[in-house]
Amino acid sequence: MNIHEYQAKELFEKFGVATPKGKVADTAEEAKAAAAELGDEIVVKAQVHAGGRGKGTFKNGFQGGVHVVKNADEAADVASKMIGQTLVTHQTGEEGKLVSKIMVADAVDIEKEYYLAILMDRESRSPVIVASTEGGVNIEDVAENTPDKIYNEVIHPLLGLQPYEIRNISAQLGFTGDTAKQFGKLLKALYKLFISCDCSMVEVNPLVTTPDGQVMALDAKFDFDDNALYRHPEIAELHDPTEEDPREVEAAKFDLNYIGLDGNIACLVNGAGLAMATMDIIKQSGGEPANFLDVGGGATQEQVRNAFKIILSDPNVKGILVNIFGGIMDCDVIAKGIVAACGEVDLNIPLIVRLEGNNVEAGKATLASSDVNLIPADTLADAAQKAVAAIAV
Amino acid sequence: MAILVDENTKILIQGITGSFGGRHAQLSLDYGTQLVAGVTPGKGGQTFADTVPIFDTVGQAVEETGATVSTIFVPPPFAADAILEAVDAGVELVVAITEGIPVMDMMRVRAGMAGSGARLIGPNCPGIVTPGTGPDSHGGCRIGIAPGYIHKRGKVGVVSRSGTLTYEAVYQLTSLGLGQSTCVGIGGDPINGTSHLDIMKMFNEDPETEAIIMIGEIGGTAEEEAAEWAKENCDKPIAGFIAGATAPPGRRMGHAGAIVSGGKGTAEAKIAAMRDAGIEVADNPSDMGAALVRAMG
Repeated sequence: MNIHEYQAKELFEKFGVATPKGKVADTAEEAKAAAAELGDEIVVKAQVHAGGRGKGTFKNGFQGGVHVVKNADEAADVASKMIGQTLVTHQTGEEGKLVSKIMVADAVDIEKEYYLAILMDRESRSPVIVASTEGGVNIEDVAENTPDKIYNEVIHPLLGLQPYEIRNISAQLGFTGDTAKQFGKLLKALYKLFISCDCSMVEVNPLVTTPDGQVMALDAKFDFDDNALYRHPEIAELHDPTEEDPREVEAAKFDLNYIGLDGNIACLVNGAGLAMATMDIIKQSGGEPANFLDVGGGATQEQVRNAFKIILSDPNVKGILVNIFGGIMDCDVIAKGIVAACGEVDLNIPLIVRLEGNNVEAGKATLASSDVNLIPADTLADAAQKAVAAIAV
Repeated sequence: MAILVDENTKILIQGITGSFGGRHAQLSLDYGTQLVAGVTPGKGGQTFADTVPIFDTVGQAVEETGATVSTIFVPPPFAADAILEAVDAGVELVVAITEGIPVMDMMRVRAGMAGSGARLIGPNCPGIVTPGTGPDSHGGCRIGIAPGYIHKRGKVGVVSRSGTLTYEAVYQLTSLGLGQSTCVGIGGDPINGTSHLDIMKMFNEDPETEAIIMIGEIGGTAEEEAAEWAKENCDKPIAGFIAGATAPPGRRMGHAGAIVSGGKGTAEAKIAAMRDAGIEVADNPSDMGAALVRAMG
């Protein structure tokens, strides 16, 4: 799960990670009031989960989702041109993203930019702190071009961050004296935040030093472990469903795991591995998968019906491939679910069904005796070829 | 032989009184598995299916029944504690079926298990099956949630991160008349107890296992490590499959660990490493059994 920049700032403030003073606003009036409490240079930023905001364009013609202004009136003016408008950046796609909130914050004089991140590393099974003197740019480019400028410190899972580790990282970044002290305080707070909130990643880019000797987190990206949200209701609340594919939001309500893609052959599969493999084989057979959809190991008739509705809400879908390996699940129960779902949704595109496993003969008989117009398939390869052929007609 | 477990292995189930755990406990009993105990705190003294005693603690269950393997069906918020309890009680093997355990819990569990001598399989896995020799492979050791009847006792070792892909592979093998020594689902989470490589080493040393199927998916580098090791150290024929070639980068594909991030963990890199190691990589999941036949020459 991702969060907005203003929410990241609020978390930083809560845990004591130094960050420029700022506030979120829903309206131009709120922006004006918030800006009045700030300094002489104020930055106004559109709040959407997408990069490239500064170079983006609003659909009303207003240029840029990030502006530096001199006073509260100017902040209100810029805010009024952003709020309620749709921002298009290189990451949002043509449809853009609706901006419903903006953030105003003190613009900070930057002496130097750094990179600092903490992530859960699967290879070392530990938190790893990644730091670099090359901040403000894409860290993957730094890793590619100048890997020696990236410093990693693996933290012991049970001991946690030790003072000597902070000194190591501080030394690698070239901090001394009071700057090192401030950095240490910031990193300690950031590590506490990372652990306390079950983050899978927190990335501060850039971390900056200012001419007057401060160390601050200027922008941050968070990723939280979805499996741990049950014990962080305050973080689960930060979830903004408007930032997500509405079909994914709908699917989550029924415990279905759906990810929308660009193709036109929808798939409905039990098991994540098999669902991925089904997408792969559609592509291999010359088609394009419209989605990933795992109905889980114990899918009910109700879930199958809702899965069909979600799949069919995608206007690009020209055919559906159902691939079920009924291990413990009874194939006949699944077949009945498919028939019931098709009866409700008024299906008028090709439906290819491959069933295998427990009680498969009864399942196939149920499908054959129904008035649902479907194409049976024996293997997954057979199903994928039939699906590609069916939508080509 | 087989690896990890055989028809004589005594197992217990933590979370046996839950609906999911209970259902699969019954299926394991029906399969002929030596299920000797259940554990649910507060329900000690009761019995499961009129035959299996339930204990309050794993320590009591181990002491009374001599179980050497524990299976975890405990819900995610309590699963880490359940695994640590089993390890502390001295079982040799813990198989965690539970899906959705926070990553930081697994990080602490793995670190806490260091030096204990116990092995963890999973979490978020279908479990282990060493097929029996009876009809529909009855009489074997079924730990977890896999359908027992699709198996057949034989000489192929199967290791996989995914449940249904394992069943596909096993079903194809059995249909081709190729039985299995042991089938191990290592789970789809980013931090798990046992890797592809660990299981490959066991299959390599198991005299009963004559060929191996290794099934992987996007995310991490465990498949590459196993392939690299196999290139130098394993003479048994190996077939493989990797799911997720078409998955968009940065998206988790159902399994918490199935994600391509920062250009790492792609299907292309895994398939290349496997081919480089002489592993016969199946083009698609329908081809896994046939790929093994090709690998065996």
